[in-house]
Amino acid sequence: MFPKGTKRKFSDSGEEPVSSGDQVPAAPSVATRSLTSSYSLQRQSLLDMSLIKLQLCHMLVEPNLCRSVLIANTVRQIQEEMTQDGTWQIMTQALAAAQCPTDRLVATEVLCRQTDAAAQAGQSPKPFSVGGLEEGYHAEEVVMEGDVETEVTMSTLAPVSPQLSSASYLAGPFVMGPCWDEDEEEEEEEEEEEDGECEEDEEDDSEDCVSEGEEADRDHLSPDSRTGEQVFGTFEIKHPAPPPDPALEELFSDVDPSYYDLDTVLTGMQSAPKMGPYDLLESLSSHGPTALSSSSSCRSDLNELDHIMEIIVGS
Amino acid sequence: MTSFLHVPCAILEEKKISDNFRADIISTVEFNYSGELLATGDKGGRVVIFQHEQESKNRPHLRGEYNVYSTFQSHEPEFDYLKSLEIEEKINKIRWLPQQNAAHFLLSTNDKTIKLWKISERDKRAEGYNLKDEDGRLRDPFRITSLRVPVLMPMDLMVEASPRRIFANAHTYHINSISVNSDHETYLSADDLRINLWHLEITDRSFNIVDIKPANMEELTEVITAAECHPLQCNVFVYSSSKGTIRLCDTRAAALCDRQAKFFEEPEDPSSRSFFSEIISSISDVKFSHSGRYMMTRDYLSVKVWDLNMENRPVETYQVHEYLRSKLCSLYENDCIFDKFECCWNGSDSAIMTGSYNNFFRMFDRNTRRDITLEASRESSKPRATLKPRKVSTGGKRKKDEISVDSLDFNKKILHTAWHPKDNVIAVAATNNLYIFQDKIN
Repeated sequence: MFPKGTKRKFSDSGEEPVSSGDQVPAAPSVATRSLTSSYSLQRQSLLDMSLIKLQLCHMLVEPNLCRSVLIANTVRQIQEEMTQDGTWQIMTQALAAAQCPTDRLVATEVLCRQTDAAAQAGQSPKPFSVGGLEEGYHAEEVVMEGDVETEVTMSTLAPVSPQLSSASYLAGPFVMGPCWDEDEEEEEEEEEEEDGECEEDEEDDSEDCVSEGEEADRDHLSPDSRTGEQVFGTFEIKHPAPPPDPALEELFSDVDPSYYDLDTVLTGMQSAPKMGPYDLLESLSSHGPTALSSSSSCRSDLNELDHIMEIIVGS
Repeated sequence: MTSFLHVPCAILEEKKISDNFRADIISTVEFNYSGELLATGDKGGRVVIFQHEQESKNRPHLRGEYNVYSTFQSHEPEFDYLKSLEIEEKINKIRWLPQQNAAHFLLSTNDKTIKLWKISERDKRAEGYNLKDEDGRLRDPFRITSLRVPVLMPMDLMVEASPRRIFANAHTYHINSISVNSDHETYLSADDLRINLWHLEITDRSFNIVDIKPANMEELTEVITAAECHPLQCNVFVYSSSKGTIRLCDTRAAALCDRQAKFFEEPEDPSSRSFFSEIISSISDVKFSHSGRYMMTRDYLSVKVWDLNMENRPVETYQVHEYLRSKLCSLYENDCIFDKFECCWNGSDSAIMTGSYNNFFRMFDRNTRRDITLEASRESSKPRATLKPRKVSTGGKRKKDEISVDSLDFNKKILHTAWHPKDNVIAVAATNNLYIFQDKIN
């Protein structure tokens, strides 16, 4: 998780220096938090890990409600802290600015990095930029409206690198999309404790990822600019200032009493019935030509968009 | 009790149940009220009961051994077709009923269904029936010329287990606890969000006495982790939560005990707050003392003893493996932080015991404040040998015989332990092996 042997110190929090790579320190004061990049890296990393675990929760045959609740509470705690920091806002804005017009449809990019993007390893966290888009995404995931049944599908795992872009995540409900994992080995390693079914599911998902369009006329999250070892789901955020427990909407809307929608999970799609293809078309048409304005970085996305539309329309 | 701490355990008996690894992971261990019987449940839905043999004449300085008394399949895997979910047959808890006649009764539960089992002995057989032969074939009625009275002849002891009641379909969420009431007529069962009260004779109905399910599941932030009836007052029970709180409820107050009579919570230490604070405060087990005056809770790093008369903090806190506090991030990553350890009192409430990793388990003497770490493993102890205390080195220098934190095996976890209600005999479940330790009798 953290590179071993890296000595980590807190510059300001008054914590003792960490001697192993594993310690997550107690939270320093608000004023100093955002200044400590290692703290925010660790926090980000913890957030990523938690979200992955939540996705897996939804995939387990026997989802453990206690564990899900505890992880979700941790996620919310991080989210609240990031909101207080203003980090959340920064990321939202950075993303909005950097992205193609966000009210375009097929939302989120899936973060699947080529391994050679490990060259980025040396970079410090930076806000997500359009350049990142060009570095080799595979498309998408379609993201659901927050009110709809959760679409948590899958995300493949990889060891989380500390090189995170803290700007990658937006506030709001967390919605994961499927993604293709190029490092299946890593995925399996990560998952070996998990139920064996998870692995199968994720491999299936990778075939089915290109999926029905679901409506997504909101800010969508782009993957962060982490290095290639990491594969991660994308997040979909509704609004910058999270209402109480927006993340839990998706997380628990299908926990009771049916813990999750197996079909959804296995096919890597969101609960399609809630949103038919016609809704999607409507949404499409509601976005003016500006949605398709030419930014070169959006080109590839548009192709994917067409591809998806074809699937939806069944042509 | 003290002999465990002053003179390490004398005898190690290891009971290996079978070779089928996955099915045999022991998931619960429980002595009955007299301590004569020890029940274990495993992940494959089986229950194995051990019985204490009388002391042998050859070895008068030892207590008798525990040998297998009965084995039966309590729960089978099921499939919930409505939700497309498999229901595990793993036995989550076993609780004995007090013995009222020659037979023994116990409750065993998996995630969804509770069963009452009757375990009875048969050591006599009737012979000399009129209408059938010894092998059971019907005799030709015309051949019967005289009547005889069947006589009871001794036979090899046979222990039979039969399900007497099945309490099903009352829990939407996974059952984590069952507890027999002191009235010996009712019992409670708790899942993640609800607690039900049953009568042992009635299987088609139960009373819901606690319901913490929010109207909107999106608002769910807390679940029930354990529940227990008070050992003496049949109207009192407690339940613990994932936020580190314990609520004591009185069933006389209202039909639905959503409002607690007492609320136990220790204020958080702000200096040690981290993102993992809530997770490690989640209570995995709660047990009343035999006296009924105290209760003990187990969270991830510590065991706390509470006086029922004081709600704002525990009276005693024991650190089980504080050296893990700096490893919480890794333990979160590999999910060990969610392990649910149990704890138990000894018969006189003077000592408590709980498990840890690397097959270590810990005992604390409440009076002398001494503690000891022991290991349940074949490698480290020969049968009939004394156990050696173990130590985890936390500082830089590791002494001989100490083990460093990084060498601990987190797959070897002791989650389930039980203490004989009267004697210094303990049962420790290490994955698929059961260890029974007794102290020396001098």
